[in-house]
Amino acid sequence: MKTLFRSALWALAAAAALQLPQPAGAVTLRYANQGDLKALDPYTLNETTTLAHLAHVYEGLTRRGKDLSIQPALAERWEILEPTRWRFYLRKNVKFSDGTPFTADDVVFSSERVRAPGSNFATRVPSGSKVVKIDDHTIDFVLTGPNPIMHYQFDYWLIMSKSWAEKNNAVAPTPVSATTPSYASLNAMGTGPYTIESHQPGVKTVFKKNPNYWDKIEGNADEIVFTPIANDSTRVSALLSGEVDIIEPVPLQDIQRVNSSGTAQVLTGPEVRTIFFGMDQVRDELVSSNVKGKNPFKDKRVREAVYKAIDVDVIKARVMRGLSTPSPLMIAPEFFKLSKEFTRPKVDPEGAKKLLAEAGYPDGFEVGLNCPSDRYVNDGDICRAAIGMLARIGIKVNPIIEPKAQYFSKVLKSGGYNVSMYLLGWTPSTGDSHNVLYEIMGCRNDPKSPSRGDTNAAGYCNPKLDEMTDQILVELDPAKRDQMIKQAFQISIDDYGYIPVHQQSLAWGVSKKVKLVQRPDNSVLLYWATKE
Amino acid sequence: MIAFLLRRILQTVGVLLAVGIIAFSMFRFVGDPVNQIVSIDTPYAERVAIRASLGLDDPVPIQILRYLGRVASGDFGISYQFRQPVSALLAERLPATLELAFCATVFALGFGIVLGVVSALRRGTTLAATLETVSLVGISLPTFLIGILLIFLFSETLHWLPSFGRGETVRIGGWTTGFLTESGLRALVLPSITLGLFQMTLVMRLVRAEMLEVLRTDYIRFARARGLHTRAIHFGHALKNTLIPVITIAGLQLGSVIAFSIITETVFQWPGMGFLFLQAVQNVDIPIMAAYLLLVAVIFVTINLAVDILYTVVDPRLQLSSPRAG
Repeated sequence: MKTLFRSALWALAAAAALQLPQPAGAVTLRYANQGDLKALDPYTLNETTTLAHLAHVYEGLTRRGKDLSIQPALAERWEILEPTRWRFYLRKNVKFSDGTPFTADDVVFSSERVRAPGSNFATRVPSGSKVVKIDDHTIDFVLTGPNPIMHYQFDYWLIMSKSWAEKNNAVAPTPVSATTPSYASLNAMGTGPYTIESHQPGVKTVFKKNPNYWDKIEGNADEIVFTPIANDSTRVSALLSGEVDIIEPVPLQDIQRVNSSGTAQVLTGPEVRTIFFGMDQVRDELVSSNVKGKNPFKDKRVREAVYKAIDVDVIKARVMRGLSTPSPLMIAPEFFKLSKEFTRPKVDPEGAKKLLAEAGYPDGFEVGLNCPSDRYVNDGDICRAAIGMLARIGIKVNPIIEPKAQYFSKVLKSGGYNVSMYLLGWTPSTGDSHNVLYEIMGCRNDPKSPSRGDTNAAGYCNPKLDEMTDQILVELDPAKRDQMIKQAFQISIDDYGYIPVHQQSLAWGVSKKVKLVQRPDNSVLLYWATKE
Repeated sequence: MIAFLLRRILQTVGVLLAVGIIAFSMFRFVGDPVNQIVSIDTPYAERVAIRASLGLDDPVPIQILRYLGRVASGDFGISYQFRQPVSALLAERLPATLELAFCATVFALGFGIVLGVVSALRRGTTLAATLETVSLVGISLPTFLIGILLIFLFSETLHWLPSFGRGETVRIGGWTTGFLTESGLRALVLPSITLGLFQMTLVMRLVRAEMLEVLRTDYIRFARARGLHTRAIHFGHALKNTLIPVITIAGLQLGSVIAFSIITETVFQWPGMGFLFLQAVQNVDIPIMAAYLLLVAVIFVTINLAVDILYTVVDPRLQLSSPRAG
C-alpha cells in the first residue's frame, strides 16, 4: 500500500513537472495539418506534407527559396566541370545536431542510401551516376549522360549522417512495406534548424530549435507543436478558438468564416499542382461507354469537342469560389517560363456539337467519368460541374466519384488504367516540364524506356513528342531548352491529348499573430514564421 | 457451469474466426493499399515490388491463413501508414478510448438516472415536458453534429474548452492518462458529452418508464400506507428496483461506446482506437483494420459472456434452465 501511495505521488509530481510553464519569452508555434507526418526516415515516402516537416530537421545540398528558386544549402556552390561531371563544394563548419561535423562522407553515404532498395527517392540521384569524394568538402557527381536538371530535386534529397545511421543500425532505408520498425523511422537527426523532441505518429510531434544550427533562422519559434487534425470543421474551430496558430488546408466553404473571425485569416495563393481531365484514347472499346466496337476518344474531333465544352471559368467561379488559376498547360507557370505564351481555346458548345456530328456522334454518347472525392480541392464538384457542361453537347456522363483509395486503385498502372475519362492532379516532383512530358504524356510501352508514360492513363501517344522529350532531357542551354519544351507542349495541345483545368489555390489558415511565407509547392515551412 | 463456460469459449473462437474471414474478404474492396502507402509518382516497378513484399499478390485464402497464423502467435503485423507494430499502436491508443468511454458512461448514467427520476416524479409538469423534448433531440441528432455544435459553442465562441486532442497526458507504466492534468480533464468534457449523450437519453427514458411502472406497484402503495417518507419510498424502494434493467442496458451499451466511439474520436481528433481505425480505412491500412475488428469482436464477446454469467448470479432461476445461446 505504501509503495502504491508513493508511486502515485511520483506520478503527481511528474504531472506537475510536465505542466511547468515555458521559460519567459519562449515562442511556441502550434500547427495543425489535415495530413500526418507519415515517416521520419527521409527516404521512405515522397510526399509533400511529410517532406516539409522533415525539412525542419534535415537539409539537402540545395534548398528552394520562398519563390521556389534553387539556393545553396549544405553545398555552398556548384559547377558543371564537363557535361557529365558536376562538382559540389560543401559548406564548412556545419554540424549535425548531435555535434558531429558534416562532411563529404555523409553525402556519399546518403547518395548510396537514397538509391538502395526500399527508398522511395531512388531517382533523386540519377541512376548509374557515381558520387566521388574529392576531399572532405568537395564532391563530384559523374553522370552517364548530360542532365541539366540533376540538382532540381536536391532540395528534398535530405542528407543523413553516416555515423548516426551506422551507430543506430539504420544504414538501409526504411521501405514503406517494412515489416520491422527501424530506428530511422522513429527518430530523426540532421543538420537542420530544428530537432524532433518527441513524435507520436498520428497524435503529436514536437520540434525544438537546434542551438547548433549553422545558419540564421528567420522565424522566431523556439518550439513547434504539430498535430494532425483530419476533420475539416474541427481544424477550423481549433484555429478560431486560438488553440492552434496555423492550419492547412482551410476548406473553401470556410474561408469566409475564418476571414470574418477577426482572430485569423486565410492565406491564399496559387499551388503548382495541375488538375486535368484525361480521355482513354488507346483502347479499341472504352471500358464504360454505350459506344461498342470503337472508341470515340480515338477521334481527335471528339477530344476537341470535349475540350471546348468544358468551361474552366465557370468551374473557377462556381466550384472553386474564385480560388483557382485556369491553365492552358499541363504544368504550372511557376515551373515553365514561357507559359504566358499559351492561351486556352475558347469555350464553344455549338462548335463542339458540330465536331461531334462530323465525327459520327450527332446525338452524342455515354461515358463514365472517374473522380476522387477527397484528394484535390472540391474534386468531386469539378466532375459534377463537367457533367452539365458535357450534357450541353449531348455527351451523357456517368459519374463514378469515389474516395481516393478506390479511385487510385483504378486509374493508375497497377489498376490497369481502368478508366474511360478521369480527373487527376499532377505536380512534377522535379519542378520541371520534362517530368510531365515523360510521365503523363509519353507513349506507354516504350521498349527503350519502359517507365515512360507510367501515369499516362489516357494512353495519349505521339512519337514526335517523345523524341522532343528525350532531347529536352540532355539539352544544357536553358533558352534553347525552353523553346523545345514549348514545342513539345504545342504538339500535345494540337492533339487535344489532355484537357488541363486549373491550378488550385492553397488556403492556409493563419492566426493574425503569425506571419509566414506560403510557398507554392504547399510546403509549410515554419522556420520562416514569426509569432508576436 | 464449467461446461457452459467451455462451450461459450469455443463459440468465441468461432466468432473471432468468422470476423477475421469476413473482414479479410472485404478488404479487397477498400482499394489498393500500395497507392496509399507511396506517392503517386512512384515508379510502377517499385509498386510491384512493394505489393509482392506485402504478400498482396497471394490468393485471399492464403493471406487469411497467414494472418491468422501470425495472430495466433501474437503478431498483428506492422501498420502500413505508421510503420510501427499494430499491437503497440493499439496499446498506445487504448487508454484514450477507455478513459473516454468511462467518462461518457459515468456521464450517461449519472445524468440519465437523475433526469429520469425527475421526469418520472414530476410527470405532467413543464420541467418534465422540457426534459422529454430534450431527450428526443439527444436521441435523434447524429453524433458528429452534436460534437460540432459543442465545439462551436464551447471552444470557438466561449473559449472555455479545447476543441481537439487529449491535452497533456501523464504516463504511468504503459498507460497514459488525462485524469491527472487540468488540460487533460478539460479535454475530456466535450467528447464525453458527445459520446454519452445518446446513452444518457436512453438511460433517462428507461429510468422514467421503469419508475412510472414501479410507482404503480402494490409494494409502493403499501409503503405509502405505512406512512414512510416520500424520499425513502422514491429512492430507497422505487429507484432500487428500477436499476436492474438500467445496469443491464448500461453494461451492454459499454461495448458499443468503446467500439463505436469512432465518430466522436474523429470529430475531436481524439487519439484513440476508433480514430486510428477510421484513418486505417481511409488509407487501406489492412493490419490495423483487421486487428481492430478482432479486438472489437473480443470486447463484445467478453461483455456478453460477463452479462450471461452475471445473470445467473443475480437471478438464481436462470441456473436451472439450460444456458441460452447467443
